[in-house]
Amino acid sequence: METSNLTKKRIKELIKDDKRMDGRKLLEFRPISVELGISKKAEGSALVKVGDTEVMVGVKLDLKEPFPDTPENGALMVIAELWPLASEKFEMGPPDVQAIELARIIDRSIRESEFINLKKLCIKKGELVWAVNLDIYPLNDAGNLIDASAMATIAAIQTAVFPSIKGDKVKYGELTAKKLPLKNPPIVITFYKIDNKFIIDPTVEEEESSDLRITVAMTFDKAGTHIHALQKSGDEPLDEEEMLKVLDSALKEGKKLSEKISK
Amino acid sequence: MTYKRPDKREYDEMRKIEAKVGIIKRADGSALFSFGNSKAIVAVYGPRKLYPQHLQNPQKCLLRCYYDLASFSVAERKRPGPSRRSTEISYVTANALKPVIDLEAFPGSVIDVYILIIQADASTRCAGINAASMALAHAGIPMKELVTSVSIGKIGDAIVADLAKEEEDYTIKKDGKEMKAATDIPFAFLSRSEKISLMQLDGKISYDDLKKAIKLARKTSKKIVEIQEQALKKVKEDKT
Amino acid sequence: MEKETKKKKIKKEKETKKEITKEIKRETKKKETKEEVKIEKKKRQIVAPGEVIATGTQFLPGENTRREDKDILATRFGLLEKSEKLIKVIPLSGVYIPRVGNTVIGQVFDISFNGWMVNILAPSSAFLTLAECSGYINKNDLAEHYNFGDNIVTKIKSIKSKGIDLTMKERGLRKLEGGMIISINPTRVPRIIGRAGSMVNTIKGETGCSITVGQNGIIWIKGTSVEDELLAKKAIELITKKPFIEGLTNKIKEFLIKEKKK
Repeated sequence: METSNLTKKRIKELIKDDKRMDGRKLLEFRPISVELGISKKAEGSALVKVGDTEVMVGVKLDLKEPFPDTPENGALMVIAELWPLASEKFEMGPPDVQAIELARIIDRSIRESEFINLKKLCIKKGELVWAVNLDIYPLNDAGNLIDASAMATIAAIQTAVFPSIKGDKVKYGELTAKKLPLKNPPIVITFYKIDNKFIIDPTVEEEESSDLRITVAMTFDKAGTHIHALQKSGDEPLDEEEMLKVLDSALKEGKKLSEKISK
Repeated sequence: MTYKRPDKREYDEMRKIEAKVGIIKRADGSALFSFGNSKAIVAVYGPRKLYPQHLQNPQKCLLRCYYDLASFSVAERKRPGPSRRSTEISYVTANALKPVIDLEAFPGSVIDVYILIIQADASTRCAGINAASMALAHAGIPMKELVTSVSIGKIGDAIVADLAKEEEDYTIKKDGKEMKAATDIPFAFLSRSEKISLMQLDGKISYDDLKKAIKLARKTSKKIVEIQEQALKKVKEDKT
Repeated sequence: MEKETKKKKIKKEKETKKEITKEIKRETKKKETKEEVKIEKKKRQIVAPGEVIATGTQFLPGENTRREDKDILATRFGLLEKSEKLIKVIPLSGVYIPRVGNTVIGQVFDISFNGWMVNILAPSSAFLTLAECSGYINKNDLAEHYNFGDNIVTKIKSIKSKGIDLTMKERGLRKLEGGMIISINPTRVPRIIGRAGSMVNTIKGETGCSITVGQNGIIWIKGTSVEDELLAKKAIELITKKPFIEGLTNKIKEFLIKEKKK
């Protein structure tokens, strides 16, 4: 059942006072846990839990001809399958706009942050490169699928190893110890606006009480802070001042999270 | 020549089984079942309203099963979306499960069973049926009994339980040629009445050997029922 | 032909069941209080469908069980409960199955020319017709009375093959104003209410909240502050997680007193 208007009103009243139904602060994640190597057939895989939200991601590597405009680059493909296993709100059938948007946000975050060094995935210029296929499967939707998917994708990529090759064919099942060429992972945080305030890591009830969200993908290094992907979604527009405020807290929270991860 | 199983199992020995219920909170019922490296997860939703209305049956509930492989569950990545293979398996799975469910108790509604294989190493449809049966029970759906599935193989001259992929692909040399020498026979039984609700065969087998295969299938499936029941009994009482 | 005989068979079965339950009622009434205490103390056993839960004629098959020759089998996953004569299975899970006379909480999701479509989380659709409402209603604008998204406490008047008919013509049935809505598994509803309402009254007393529990697992909580409502919500969630521990009402009371001091 869609979140009741009565409950939505209560959520908004609480957020006005910087409080949430489950007692969290506005910018606080639920407990996060990661399980690695959940599918032995994948070259890398992970299951991430954020509260009750669970997302599974698998990495499959194969060899293919590079795209003509990037003859020296490996290929990257991200697909999200919103199987109705994870929520009564999802439906069977080809990916709908929700699944496509989710996959494309993750795609841009990974691609633009150059987390995977695609240039190092070339075997023979113009002829043969590695293709990295990332498949996202939410298993339980309890809110905030975007951030959970990003975490699971990054974790799966970090565990992935190359399979052996013979000629121009992959020998699946025979894994090498060699990991993918990686740089700093992007930090992806989505902010949801409820009653003029922004929260992160919403529950489904909070998601349904919000009419605007902004996803920010960023990296941090010695040169400073870099923003790699942005996505504003939802019916409501936002003004510039608001947007800058969100970015400011995104960078602060992102920095905290990246320091936590590197520990 | 006696056949030796690649993982040194006895002929009537199944791979290591893992069984668990309550793995997907949002679903009305859920379960995981694995035979060795074949791992199935299942979510059940319903009985719930069925749309569009013309699909409704005013006399009974519709049972819909969806079986599919996760793209990364197999050696070479599988493109997402149903294939002819998965469509057929979904259909025979629904047929295997229907006899135990009291579908007349919920006219006009639907029970949806989603079976996702996250790791495939043969016998995935059997793992899927075992998990689905547990998930249906976990969803509180009235059932006469459980459904238990196992695949029996004839490899060379041996009749063995629970084929792994390597065994499914077993070949022998004959007249200098590599010949397929494995026959795969997935079965499903109703746990109490012991009736057969799924039977398929892929290969070449004699009438007498088939009888032996059925006997072995019955023997192994009794062990599976116990495992399914144990998993259900271990449930935490925290479904909200 | 076949159908008819089947129907007859079902009827016959129902009749015998009725007789059995009557008999049991007579039997159990005498020892009810004693029996209940005993059951509470026994360790709970979870059973699976198809499992043999009794053999012989010592027990009569109760809810969610069936007899097959000498054996009694479970037909649903749940907790085994035995009284002196009767054996039954108490479900631990499952969606809401509507029954005539149930008071439920629903949400209006569509309005037609003569009534409202209400989501009560049942496997078939529920309709509230204008004729089942009391008081003056402007027929040209039904939304004035109950609007999209409104939550109502309503009662199941009848269940037909086409769907469920609801009524508002009884005391206590009303549109809900203020407060919050939470949803629990409907199998937990008897635990939330408690024996003769003892559990829900404890929560009401300790939190000062008004609480309405729908048989469909939808619960409405309204207090003088949101904090009170959240405390009541927490207590309810605690019960749904550990519904079968001993002395639950007292434990919930202790929990609420402790939480209030924080």
